[in-house]
Amino acid sequence: MISLLDKKLFRDFLRLWGQALAIALVMASGVATLILAVGAYRSLEETRAAYYERYRFADIFATAKRAPAHLKDRIITIPGAAAADPRISEFALLDIEGMVHPATGMVRSLPDHGELILNRLYLRSGRLPEPGRVDEVTVNESFANAHGFRAGSTFKAILNGRKRTLRIVGIALSPEFIYALGPGDFIPDDSRFGVLWMSQKALESIFDLEGAFNSVTLKLQRGASEAEAIRQLDDLLEPYGGTGAIARKDQQSHAFIDGELKQLDGMSRVIPPIFLLVSAFMINMTLSRLIALEREQIGLLKALGYGRWRIAAHYLKMSLVITAVGIAIGFVAGTWLGHGLTVMYADFFHFPFLIFHRGWDIYVISAGVTALAATAGAAKAVYSVVTLPPAVAMSPPAPTGYAHIGIERLAVFKIYTQLTMMALRHMIRWPVRTGFTILGVALSVSLLVTSFFMIDSVEFMIDATFFRSDRQDATVTFTDERPFRVLQDVERLPGVLRAEPIRNTPARLRHGHLHRKLAIQGKPPGTDLSRVLDLDLNPVVLADSGLILGEKVADLLNVNVGDDVEIEVLEGKRVKRTLPVSQIIQSYLGLSVFMDLDALNEMLDESPSVSSVHIDYDTAKLEELFTAIKGLPAVSAIASQRAALAKFRETLAQNIYIMTAVYITLSVIIAFGVVYNSARIQLSERVREFASLRVLGFTRAEVSRVMLTELVILILLAIPLGCVIGYGFAKLVIVSFESDLYRIPFIISSQTYAFSSLVVMAAAIASALIVRRRIDRLDLIKALKTRE
Amino acid sequence: MREPLFEVEGLTKVYHSGDMEIHALRGIDLALYEGEIAVLLGPSGSGKSTFLNILGGLDSATSGHVRFRELELTSMDERDLTQYRRKHVGFVFQFYNLIPSLSARENVGLVTEIATDPMTSEEALGLVGLEHRLDHFPAQLSGGEQQRVAIARAIVKRPEVLLCDEPTGALDSKTGVRVLEALTSVNEELGTTTALITHNAAIRGIAHRVFHFADGRVGRPKVNKRRVAPNKVTW
Repeated sequence: MISLLDKKLFRDFLRLWGQALAIALVMASGVATLILAVGAYRSLEETRAAYYERYRFADIFATAKRAPAHLKDRIITIPGAAAADPRISEFALLDIEGMVHPATGMVRSLPDHGELILNRLYLRSGRLPEPGRVDEVTVNESFANAHGFRAGSTFKAILNGRKRTLRIVGIALSPEFIYALGPGDFIPDDSRFGVLWMSQKALESIFDLEGAFNSVTLKLQRGASEAEAIRQLDDLLEPYGGTGAIARKDQQSHAFIDGELKQLDGMSRVIPPIFLLVSAFMINMTLSRLIALEREQIGLLKALGYGRWRIAAHYLKMSLVITAVGIAIGFVAGTWLGHGLTVMYADFFHFPFLIFHRGWDIYVISAGVTALAATAGAAKAVYSVVTLPPAVAMSPPAPTGYAHIGIERLAVFKIYTQLTMMALRHMIRWPVRTGFTILGVALSVSLLVTSFFMIDSVEFMIDATFFRSDRQDATVTFTDERPFRVLQDVERLPGVLRAEPIRNTPARLRHGHLHRKLAIQGKPPGTDLSRVLDLDLNPVVLADSGLILGEKVADLLNVNVGDDVEIEVLEGKRVKRTLPVSQIIQSYLGLSVFMDLDALNEMLDESPSVSSVHIDYDTAKLEELFTAIKGLPAVSAIASQRAALAKFRETLAQNIYIMTAVYITLSVIIAFGVVYNSARIQLSERVREFASLRVLGFTRAEVSRVMLTELVILILLAIPLGCVIGYGFAKLVIVSFESDLYRIPFIISSQTYAFSSLVVMAAAIASALIVRRRIDRLDLIKALKTRE
Repeated sequence: MREPLFEVEGLTKVYHSGDMEIHALRGIDLALYEGEIAVLLGPSGSGKSTFLNILGGLDSATSGHVRFRELELTSMDERDLTQYRRKHVGFVFQFYNLIPSLSARENVGLVTEIATDPMTSEEALGLVGLEHRLDHFPAQLSGGEQQRVAIARAIVKRPEVLLCDEPTGALDSKTGVRVLEALTSVNEELGTTTALITHNAAIRGIAHRVFHFADGRVGRPKVNKRRVAPNKVTW
């Protein structure tokens, strides 16, 4: 049988459902974001781990110019090596029917006998190319989907200068291309980048690599030294044009997923605690008020002989019932959203299968933490029940003591009416509650600032990257270094308005014990299409000696202007040189190091050569130009800045709508809940005051003004605080996003502050107006004739 | 006698509670005159509070008429009733209903802000003998003092009518007398028509006329030929 106290609990809950729901929703948001973030994190990580495990994703990746096949026998003897898989890897321009812009393909070899040892393919449909067939290809699924390709479809590819028609025989996925980014792209564009797997024999003949390979991946035994294996592999490959091996953590696809995982981890650490904190204080406020209202009942129960702990447990139960509702909503919402997010990831990242993590532990943890927070919030209020002597409980409380506030003596306060004074004194009389309400609303503002500032930062980055720095329309990359005169060949292509050469060379930079493998870009001193920008984003004229380092590189090597850096070129004659840092510049993407083109060529001890050319073209002659480029044998890739920007914006737009909706919902829940709760409690405390005012002849609007004045002041105080907290959170986000792949500039526009403030203000005012309706419906006589 | 301030004809009030009909007033006819103190006596549930609330514009009638001078209260809407209370009526309740966050002076000042020709808060508090407690907050005042602040707040706008519902109900005899003194002195000095509900028969002596309420009806008023000074009243 239900005890009478539980019956009371049930009825109290129904009576307070508005406040209870407000608190439960705030809790649910905390629980849901925790389950969502942790669930998606684990799903993504476990899916990746399982994919890597089942399809033997390699640990080390290296390239060379041309290494003899027998070198594999030595590579496998590197201490700690478990397996090695040599292969051919080349770029090719793809000519796809109906697509003016050439796409870029990464061509990879498949062993003609047996399977791939590492980075195995998941064959979605069809089959692998038959040994020796130069016209058969298996392509990656996302590329096939982007073009509607299926087994039997054909397209043309320029393989080592010769255009061939390739027939798709299979569609596959590879653990190396979970995040498939084309050369020179910022964001994946599946229509412009494809991975092509072909027979090794076929590629050997196409690329004149009989009995040789130019790429190798390595799997290490558990506990093997990765650094040592890389060093030995570099030594082995060096005579064959090795350009330095990289570890898994620097493999592009892997590193991007790491970045995503880091964001989810950050989300699970920052957002749920905000909600738990806010809900704990809402519980405290609500329960304190309920207990104050029920003093007499508590006294009566004690007088009747109920134990004080039993009565305390009754009120604690009230908070736990609210918590249970919050947790239940949070479980459902978190599971649903987590599933949705994981599916979204599956769309963006290319996995052959998805593992949804359904760990019960995260449910237990989130429920436990929420219940703890609620109990902590309830503790003080519940304890007051225990200590209340029955005799005191049954006599009405003395009127709330107020005092004059020091600042009232200031002249400005003379202009305020008594109604305003009521609002001000009430706020100051309950400083903790006022403080928490301000903090709650401020956190809601900060949550919005933290999510919307990303748009400002990304817009700034777009402006800096696409409109101030890399202003070229496209970049044409050659299969290997070309003599300088290729620049004139490009300039003569139809529609080319301007062309600027670049020479990329892989190198290891060393300063003290710090070193980094990257590419040095040589450019003519005063380029105009692709410009180098200083820290204030002003164009830089490259000095004819010295190195210009991007900020991130300078950080990684811990160097300043004037410091010497050792350079070890990883190709050609492998020269070693020490050069001073002449300038540190701004760079948001990748690890940038620049040199004057002539100085670089001189250092390399080579005749002047070019690896790519930036071009500006006349859009009217686009088709002619691309047709001409597709016919150039030496071109391996063409990256279009315009297409990259368009794709970037498209992807951003998709994500931003979802992100905006989620964060607005979360912020509105906090702002609405906090203000609603605060207003309801204020109304409950002041119902007699408000009724008195009505009897004295004040209108409904005038009476509501007392409550609304207080809320407006609280909101106005909360907004600047929220902006400051948001600024801090945003700074944390920026720092946590920073990686070798990209940095995001820290920009928060005034619109972001304004929009965040307006959303929260609207939510707060809406909830206050809902409570205002209760003032309008006040039963004056009942309010005035009941004893407090 | 002077002009009637209130004229009440056939006033009824029926409350509905579920299927039950509660007849709080079953046809009241009476008049209150300018400047008089009327004491309304009667047991709980006799309808006197309902009657006072309708006079004060806090409640509406089911049928009948209440005229305040030329105003027909029974046909006024919520907005007009608010204006009516604002301009003409002062209320005093058993539980003083002061604003705890405002001092005595400010509680009274609340009304001066919305009245057309008020006296000053200090004058009003002087009338009830609280000139020395101006800046005290309700929590710092005794029950009797709080009730006198409530009276000062009710009369500061010089209302034509003062409606008091059990003003001494929560007070002891000695403190209650101070409150009654405040009410009679306001009546004498400002000529405010005062209707006072009590179930304490001892108080009837201070009235000009006494009305007995029973079961939603009112008997013929009894005129006090000789009024008793408040300080002679005890209970």
